[in-house]
Amino acid sequence: MNTVIFRTLAPVIVATMLVFSVYVCLRGHNEPGGGFIGGLIAAAAIGVFGMASGVATVRKALRVDPMAIAGFGVVMAGASGLMSLFIDAPFMTSIWLYLDIGESVVPLSTPLFFDLGVYCVVFGTLSAIALSLESDREEDI
Amino acid sequence: MWPASETGIVFVAIAPFVAAILAPFLFRIAGGFTGWLLALVPAAIFLFLLGFAETVIGGGAIAVSVNWIPAYDINLSFFIDGLSLVFALTISGIGALIVLYSGAYLAGHPHQGRFLGFMLAFMGAMLGLVLADSLLALFLFWELTSVTSFLLIGFDHTRQAARRGAIQALVVTNIGGMCLLAGAILVQQLSGSWEMSTLRGMGDLLRDHALYGLVLFCFLGAAFTKSAQFPLHFWLPNAMEAPTPVSAFLHSATMVQAGVYLLARMSPVLGGTQAWTSILVIFGGLTLIWGALGALKQTDLKQILAQTTIASLGLLVLLIGLGSTYSIAAAIVYFVAHAFYKAGLFMVAGAVDHETGTREITGLGGLAEKMPATFIAAAMAALSMVGLPLTIGYFAKEEMYLGLMSGDWTSLVVIVVLIAGNAMLAGVALIVAIRPFLGVVVPTPRTPHEAPLAMLAGPVLLGAAGIVAGVLPDWLGHDVLVPAASAILQRPVESHLTLALDVTSLLLWLSVLTWALGILVYRQADTIRTLLRRFDAWLGWTADNVFDACMFGLIRFSGAVTRALHHGRLELYLVLVFLTLAVALFGPMLAWGGLDWMVPKADLGDWSQRLVLPALQPYEWGVIAMAIAGLLAVLAAPTRLIAILSMGVQGTALALIFLLFGAPDLAFTQLMVEVLSVVILTFLMTRLRLDDRDPRPFEDWARDGTLAIVCGVGVSLLLMLVLNGTLDTRLSDLFTATSVPIAHGHNIVNVILVDYRGFDTLGEISVVMGAGMAILALLRRQRKKAAEKPAPRRRTRKAAP
Repeated sequence: MNTVIFRTLAPVIVATMLVFSVYVCLRGHNEPGGGFIGGLIAAAAIGVFGMASGVATVRKALRVDPMAIAGFGVVMAGASGLMSLFIDAPFMTSIWLYLDIGESVVPLSTPLFFDLGVYCVVFGTLSAIALSLESDREEDI
Repeated sequence: MWPASETGIVFVAIAPFVAAILAPFLFRIAGGFTGWLLALVPAAIFLFLLGFAETVIGGGAIAVSVNWIPAYDINLSFFIDGLSLVFALTISGIGALIVLYSGAYLAGHPHQGRFLGFMLAFMGAMLGLVLADSLLALFLFWELTSVTSFLLIGFDHTRQAARRGAIQALVVTNIGGMCLLAGAILVQQLSGSWEMSTLRGMGDLLRDHALYGLVLFCFLGAAFTKSAQFPLHFWLPNAMEAPTPVSAFLHSATMVQAGVYLLARMSPVLGGTQAWTSILVIFGGLTLIWGALGALKQTDLKQILAQTTIASLGLLVLLIGLGSTYSIAAAIVYFVAHAFYKAGLFMVAGAVDHETGTREITGLGGLAEKMPATFIAAAMAALSMVGLPLTIGYFAKEEMYLGLMSGDWTSLVVIVVLIAGNAMLAGVALIVAIRPFLGVVVPTPRTPHEAPLAMLAGPVLLGAAGIVAGVLPDWLGHDVLVPAASAILQRPVESHLTLALDVTSLLLWLSVLTWALGILVYRQADTIRTLLRRFDAWLGWTADNVFDACMFGLIRFSGAVTRALHHGRLELYLVLVFLTLAVALFGPMLAWGGLDWMVPKADLGDWSQRLVLPALQPYEWGVIAMAIAGLLAVLAAPTRLIAILSMGVQGTALALIFLLFGAPDLAFTQLMVEVLSVVILTFLMTRLRLDDRDPRPFEDWARDGTLAIVCGVGVSLLLMLVLNGTLDTRLSDLFTATSVPIAHGHNIVNVILVDYRGFDTLGEISVVMGAGMAILALLRRQRKKAAEKPAPRRRTRKAAP
């Protein structure tokens, strides 16, 4: 699998997939998509990257342990639910904030952060599994 | 009414726990004085509670309620009346002396701070238990006493016997705790109230209910396990593995009295029926005799006292069961008397053990000269236990006999049991007070000398209290007996305690008979012990052995269940999972007529004429053909890799079907899952170094194939059934209507995931992460195993030169 063509093309594919995964995640509230699918796409990208460049390279590029990303995701999702405590509403009541930046309006909301948390969990967990399966030798997991 | 009572009572419930948390730190600063300092906490509580005495003696009660779980109408409520005040004062008063005593008993012990912490926590739980009004609060504190007593009994955790005693106490008392919880919920369901003070006003509601028997069983189960009634008494002697202060506290006025308290508390609600009286009297009487005989069997001071505690508990249960004015009065006086003398005697036993190094009654003698103060304390306690006039024990005995003067045959039987039990206890009292202290001096492991002040204060004060209460019958009657007995009986009670001895009364002669028999028992103690031990040897087993057998059986059973279910063969796990799925699919469908729709209601005629293919576009047919082709390829695949890829093909076709029929989100996810499945399965295959091919015997193939077809048919039938009925669209209508206005999203699937059902998703992603960690752990373990193999060889090579 480690052909020159694949190795050369892989970074392009991976980059495209990663950007696309974030796009899918963000558009999810109104169009097909969402954190879960986005996370799956990103994890697939990491899998491809691992095949092409080796696990060590991917780990270095990620900088953070994938499992830590997953943990961060759970914390972020939980914290976005806790936000509603500040407006004295039940747990996970969504809060919306419309930011006016010049011409356009950017809607921010707690479900958005919740969805990003889901993205991180799915991405982190599946990447961790994929990477540890890919690494044949006695590398760290 | 006390102005600050509300905060005060809550403070009483919390203070011991706070002190318990601080105890280890205090010990680091104060060292040997910790006991003196911490004893101030119970002493302060004692004084504070004493402030309520005036109200309670005047016939009043103090009720305090704090909102606990308002949504379920559950309050943390406390109620102080005569009964709870007598118990609470005894607990905190003796608690102060015990904490003081423990400081000296464990002097120099590295974990003294921890011990005192456990002790205070236990005391707090016990105080909460007797002050609680809500049944749930009662249960909470009840369980807390179990847990803290577990810690106390197992304090000396390096010894196996202590650990066993602790676990046994925990198991037995927790069975009772579960009974109490069940009983509490049952009572609440039947009566609509958690508060015991409300229940007392409901008259015969529970007594006349059809479920009265069950309620009674639950509450008696709780009381009998906690108060060590025959045949559940075996945990109490084993709890003697605890340091002596623990025994002195737990087995005199607290832990074991919780059951007695519960019975006294519930007797206005549940008591007075035929079942109540007969069960309590029979089991109480049996326990009394069994415990007294047990005490005569022993030679270890603490074991003797433990067995007499069992006997006393039996006596108390019996008295509550009788339920007459006199017997309730006797129970109250006896509880106080017992708390005084038993705590004192346990502390004496601890002091003797501490100063001489032995507790064997046969190895002690003539200590009175060396330990005069200890001897005086022991003598005062023993006199009260024998029940001589001028001690509080005398009144207890008088009252017991007074209630049984009616002369019918049940009263006669009970009175004979009481006299026998009391006589044996009197004999034991004499043994405990006289054997170690008088007679010839016996050499002991340590040279005896008087115990330190902190260890003397408790027994001397309690012994003196027993005498003082004995010479002040008016005070005892008016301030202790009347409020408590009125609280149990729910009607005003007159005290008639008097010091006057009436030689013409049969009562006095019954007492004289008891004392005479007691002296006889004392004189013949050795003979009785030999006889009893011979009987035991002949019997061959005890309730203790039965407990062990049960526990061993439980461990064997759980081991067998684990081995049966957790055999480590993935293939069979999967078979089990799908078998369960098949049963879950077909069971309800067959049971509730889920297949009826398939039976034609009318004559269909030539139905094959009307059979038409669904109107699908050619490309839709193509996708379906692709799915089927993928499936067939999986079945026919010669190697694993091809099978995995064919699975991918089939899954992708499925994703396309989703896409074509209007579920793009599902299609996306399905597609990604397929891709990742193929990738991960391929990795897994190379990682596990599986063979390319997977030849399987025909039986396996047939079994798995059948199961797969059954499950597939089941799912298809279920789906058809769903489509056949009218779909309840209320939820989807709601989501469609509200998705944009309140959730600001057009993609309903995603809105449901992150907003409407966000809490579910939070749980799901936590599970995803947990599963990921488990998979990583498995992979790491496997890798470690592989890495370890060459290691020993390297080590030997290193060692060689």
